[in-house]
Amino acid sequence: MAISTRIVALTLITAAAVGAGTWATVRYLNRPAPRPQASAPSAAPQPGTARRIKATLFYVSADGLRLTGSEREVVYAESAAAQARQIVEALLEPAPQGLASAIPPGTALRSLFVGERGDAYVDFNGSLRTNHPGGSASELLTVYAIVSALTVNLPAITSVQILIEGHEVDTLAGHVDLRRPLPNAPQWAEKGST
Amino acid sequence: MRLRSSLATVSIIIAALCAARLDAQSPRAAAPYAVVSAEGRRTVGAATIGDQDMLRLDELAPLLQLIVREDRAAKALTVSRGTAVAVLSLDQGLASVGGKIFSLSAPPARDGTRWLVPPDTVSRVLAPIAGVRTEVRRASRLIVLGDLRVPRITVQQEPGGPPTRIAIEIVPRAAFTVVQEPKRLLVRFDADSLDVGPINAGGDLVESITPVDPLTLAIALGKNFGTFRAATVPVDGASSRLVIDLTAAGAPAPGLSGLARAPAKPPAAPPAPAAMPEAAAALPAMQPPGVRTIVIDPGHGGDEQGTRSAGGVIEKDLVLDVARRLRSVLDSRLGVRVLLTRDDDRVVPHDERASIANNNKADLFISLHANSSPNKGAKGAEVFYLSLDGLGAEARKMVESPEARPVPVLGGGSRDIELILWDMAQARHLNESAVFAMLVEEELRRRVEMSPNPVQQAPFRVLVAANMPAVLVEMGFLSNPEQEGELTSDDFKNRVVQALFDAVVRYRGRIEAQASSRLP
Repeated sequence: MAISTRIVALTLITAAAVGAGTWATVRYLNRPAPRPQASAPSAAPQPGTARRIKATLFYVSADGLRLTGSEREVVYAESAAAQARQIVEALLEPAPQGLASAIPPGTALRSLFVGERGDAYVDFNGSLRTNHPGGSASELLTVYAIVSALTVNLPAITSVQILIEGHEVDTLAGHVDLRRPLPNAPQWAEKGST
Repeated sequence: MRLRSSLATVSIIIAALCAARLDAQSPRAAAPYAVVSAEGRRTVGAATIGDQDMLRLDELAPLLQLIVREDRAAKALTVSRGTAVAVLSLDQGLASVGGKIFSLSAPPARDGTRWLVPPDTVSRVLAPIAGVRTEVRRASRLIVLGDLRVPRITVQQEPGGPPTRIAIEIVPRAAFTVVQEPKRLLVRFDADSLDVGPINAGGDLVESITPVDPLTLAIALGKNFGTFRAATVPVDGASSRLVIDLTAAGAPAPGLSGLARAPAKPPAAPPAPAAMPEAAAALPAMQPPGVRTIVIDPGHGGDEQGTRSAGGVIEKDLVLDVARRLRSVLDSRLGVRVLLTRDDDRVVPHDERASIANNNKADLFISLHANSSPNKGAKGAEVFYLSLDGLGAEARKMVESPEARPVPVLGGGSRDIELILWDMAQARHLNESAVFAMLVEEELRRRVEMSPNPVQQAPFRVLVAANMPAVLVEMGFLSNPEQEGELTSDDFKNRVVQALFDAVVRYRGRIEAQASSRLP
């Protein structure tokens, strides 16, 4: 009986300790984010010192017909627009080993704006179009690599319109209608990759 | 003395007659002849001797790669190409070609250092030597070299109205598209060149009608123009008649009853048109459902090359080749009217591609493309129809309750088709587009390798405004080295063409079966 009482007490103490630890961990993870530096929110923090979050970025799948998600660390930013910019910048970096980028070489982000309705307007330089290899599959992968990267990782962004050199465009390579913001279309990603 | 005086008078009369005769024989400058060939349109200098048209042989011969020599001893001109030789007599209107003697309307005539020959020399002497089919149209001052489609176009504004009626006679029959632009209508003919005859038109609604390029007539619209309606009237098997009714702003749109008006007497050259009541019966609006007009859209063109394979195959060229093959098969074996959004290497904006289909009341729209992927292993054909991603809730409503949708008007008017919001035109045809896409996929699968995603929906720009069932076909991947070689082969192209043809036949059967099941 005395042994049973001890076991119960020990169990309760252990459970309380685990609960307290979990609470403390959750509190720590949910603590308010540190204020960004005084510079513009989009400014990249110093390498190695910036806080990073994990985001799913999209690359060309092995069969070349779909996108596949890959978790990458990107610099944390406080506002949706600044975070969106960090995600797009990460997407423009070389693809991880074994994957191919859907973004044409030379592409650079010019600016990014998020409207009140959750429409993100992402303005690229002309290389996104001039260096594009063409073909509807390539074009769909390029467009939805960008759309998916923003809409999957940032709930505040519901659709994305791609601009080139500050202007609306019909298409990148003659196929996908870019005259309006596009919502995410999960069918362009491999099942289970998001 | 009296005798001398008489002789002098006779001498003067003879001298005057001789002078008059010499004047009649000396060439006088005349309007040149146009020569249309696969290389384009050029002119050949002409002159008249008496009332006889004569052509400059030194300008004509190079076009047919002929060599001309004068044989003074034999008083003849020899014309040769390789081993083929013809001889033209300088004294008589005779020519020897391949051992046969042909009569010409006049003998060759010298004009300084040049030789002039009558126009019938082209078809009787020069063409057989050159081995080229030729056609000389004296009334049009036109020579056609080769198997080219050069319809004679005459334009007549009929009296009466409103509406103002423009009748365009097309001989031989040729397909055309009518596209509305600000301040003008463009009538573009599916031909190699045009033989534009008399144009008689003018008034409040039509400022002018002029050719603006080798294949297009522009109808400049007056300030009072409101809307128009176009209809094709088959005259006979060889010719056709395009009737365009124009109404002033604020006036009721032209209707079918307007076509009962008796036609004006047509210009002399084309055959007389059929009675107009038959014409009214030929209007699409009076016909049961079916597939009569198909628009094939070869993707890209001009500076927009599409994708390019490692071996240099360019998408725009490949798809144009397949589109022409498909047109030929559909036209000859199915008897439907087939139009291409482009029949040459030029940029065609997406909205213009849809306009061509909409303004011609096409029953099907097929856009042809070749694919590319960053992964060279990607391969197989894919068939797309439109997804409504990005078009918003309004487009989805149109799909869910098409019957209840009012048809919104897009400013300006657009003939006898229903006018709807441009960017939602395809929305109400999605179900039929899906059906046609499935049929295309089934037929393609029997003949070519399909991608793992054979039928898909995508927000493709060219499909958005098509006001009929519409699909986009990706025939294969030019980025795949194996498929590159396959895609460029005649065998592969013909398999794709056969698959599309069979899909159209099956779709037409389905439409006709549905229509007959609705009959009482």
